[in-house]
Amino acid sequence: MSIIKEKPGHLLEVKNLTTRFYTDEGVVHAVSDLSYVLDEGETLGVVGESGCGKSVHALSIMRLIQIPPGKIESGEVLYQGKDLLKFSEAEMRNVRGAQIAMIFQDPMTSLNPVLTVGFQIAEAIKEHQGISDKAARTRVAELLSLVGIPEATQRLDDYPHQFSGGMRQRAMIAMALSCTPQILIADEPTTALDVTIQAQIIELVKRLQDQFGMAIIWVTHDLGIVAGLTRRVNVMYAGSLIETGPVKQIYSNPSHPYTVGLLASLPSLNRKPGDKLFSIKGEPPNLIGMNNKCPFAPRCTYVSERCLIENPPLELIEPNHFVACWEKEKVRKLL
Amino acid sequence: MTDQGDVILKVEKLKKYFPIRRGVFRRVVGQVKAVDDVSFQVYRGETLGLVGESGCGKTTIGRTISRLYDATEGRILFNDTDLTQLKGPSLRLMRRNIQMVFQDPYASLNPRMNIYQIISEPLIIFNTVPRANRKERVAELMQLVGLNPSVMGRFPHEFSGGQRQRIGLARSLALNPDLIVCDEPISALDVSIQAQVVNLLEELQEKLNLTYIFIAHDLSMVRHISKRVAVMYLGKIMELTDNVSLYECPLHPYTQALLSAIPVPDPVIEEKRQRIILEGDLPSPAHPPVGCNFNTRCHKVQDICHKVDPEFKEVRPGHFVACHLVNGNSSEEG
Repeated sequence: MSIIKEKPGHLLEVKNLTTRFYTDEGVVHAVSDLSYVLDEGETLGVVGESGCGKSVHALSIMRLIQIPPGKIESGEVLYQGKDLLKFSEAEMRNVRGAQIAMIFQDPMTSLNPVLTVGFQIAEAIKEHQGISDKAARTRVAELLSLVGIPEATQRLDDYPHQFSGGMRQRAMIAMALSCTPQILIADEPTTALDVTIQAQIIELVKRLQDQFGMAIIWVTHDLGIVAGLTRRVNVMYAGSLIETGPVKQIYSNPSHPYTVGLLASLPSLNRKPGDKLFSIKGEPPNLIGMNNKCPFAPRCTYVSERCLIENPPLELIEPNHFVACWEKEKVRKLL
Repeated sequence: MTDQGDVILKVEKLKKYFPIRRGVFRRVVGQVKAVDDVSFQVYRGETLGLVGESGCGKTTIGRTISRLYDATEGRILFNDTDLTQLKGPSLRLMRRNIQMVFQDPYASLNPRMNIYQIISEPLIIFNTVPRANRKERVAELMQLVGLNPSVMGRFPHEFSGGQRQRIGLARSLALNPDLIVCDEPISALDVSIQAQVVNLLEELQEKLNLTYIFIAHDLSMVRHISKRVAVMYLGKIMELTDNVSLYECPLHPYTQALLSAIPVPDPVIEEKRQRIILEGDLPSPAHPPVGCNFNTRCHKVQDICHKVDPEFKEVRPGHFVACHLVNGNSSEEG
């Protein structure tokens, strides 16, 4: 499946990535045959509900999947043309943090509670740049003030519990940016934060991107964040990429029944009294023992016989906009 | 829509302080002012939204109304009975009228009880339904919330988050309550499931003439479900009005900032939006600032805000604001 044009110079190219978990209950098909590209300085949104494989895909790129029970079955993750999945563990260590950095969802659990914040940020700098303790300390203070922590030189000796949630996430961002990576993968970095703090963090990331020009993969379930922050979006469902394209096209012209439903289920601004929210019937699928049918078929209103036999491939419907649905013409006509 | 007139719940100058204890003798060294002098009314058949960031006291209000916490000061009048003064049997009977739906559908159902046991427990405690008819009543309740009664014998772990929230809702409906306090009932659910639960809540309200206090941090969902909305910050209500004026012309600087912080799922709107970014974090409710609670982060702060705590006053019919910058007749817009 190579609908995505092969042209040289993509910063990151994910090709047919498949990740599974072998559990006692069965094989969990967490990510299935995922392909997309990311260019330099670009911001890509990845949206989907819990269990759709968006986080696992991010961890697979970083090779942070626990093996076993997890296994990256097949595919390639080409970073500047080189396949990260073929790297040795030592080579991978040079990539993580220095080339591709990651911010995690929960700033409470992703910092070590018994080490100072400054030490934890300095760790990555010393590892990758081999500079002295003293130089690292100055650099950490610089980074902390860059991400907007007041009195950074004093605060770097604080422990994580002395920071608020928003400050911890800022510290995580400082850590991720410490070696000026080419790609920043943000895995729901604002989900645990309040909206006013979320707005601060998003504003900060935008500013830092202008300054450093890194590419960002922003994984989230919030369609609002994607609308404001990213130019292109991947919509995932049950481990598969079901729709991808420029944000504006997808929001104005969603073409997969799931994307249509997801956007319609958000409360709208011009609601009349008595209007019901649109809701997608049923529950998200169980990822154990999936077969060949379209994963969305059991919840889909447009389902046809073909959907139950064959999983639809991603196909181009308008410039840069791809959809995996057999009934996409019907869906688009009805909108 | 119901007429505003029939007040079902009236909260007057409610305070809930939690003591901070230190040392060997557990001496009280301070107070966390979780709810600090809050007054509002709820009309029969309406949904009052209660929104704010974490730690603003919205859950504490909900729990104090359900008497899961005892109020430190103030009155809660439910159908003209002061809930804070109730004790023993009269409190027990009153509990039938006010029920709660909790945030976490995983923690609020006992994993060792099956669905029949969970939903019938209130029926047994209050003995409202004869033993012979209990099964029938549970089946009826399950149908009401969109569950198939044939799964009555199953246990909570066999259900998804959305279904569990339905079970919790069936339990809270078992005693035909008048008022249901919904404490973030949808925030643990996926977007596509949230819409299902919100629709269900609205359907039930229509069918059973329920009154909701809907606590949430998601302002867009609150706007959808509530008729009136109260915005809280650090233990106080900052602004209270109907959902149209709150979202169309918010008067309090905090409401303005909060609304501007919410991402809108429309790239065209997002491109043009000007955000008010609040600086800093929420101050600790153990040491709230002197004067207006919001003065440490307010973008319109004045001298008076550091000295005098603004009064929570009605600036227009039905529109209450606690801010020095907002006057009765003209509304200042930023």
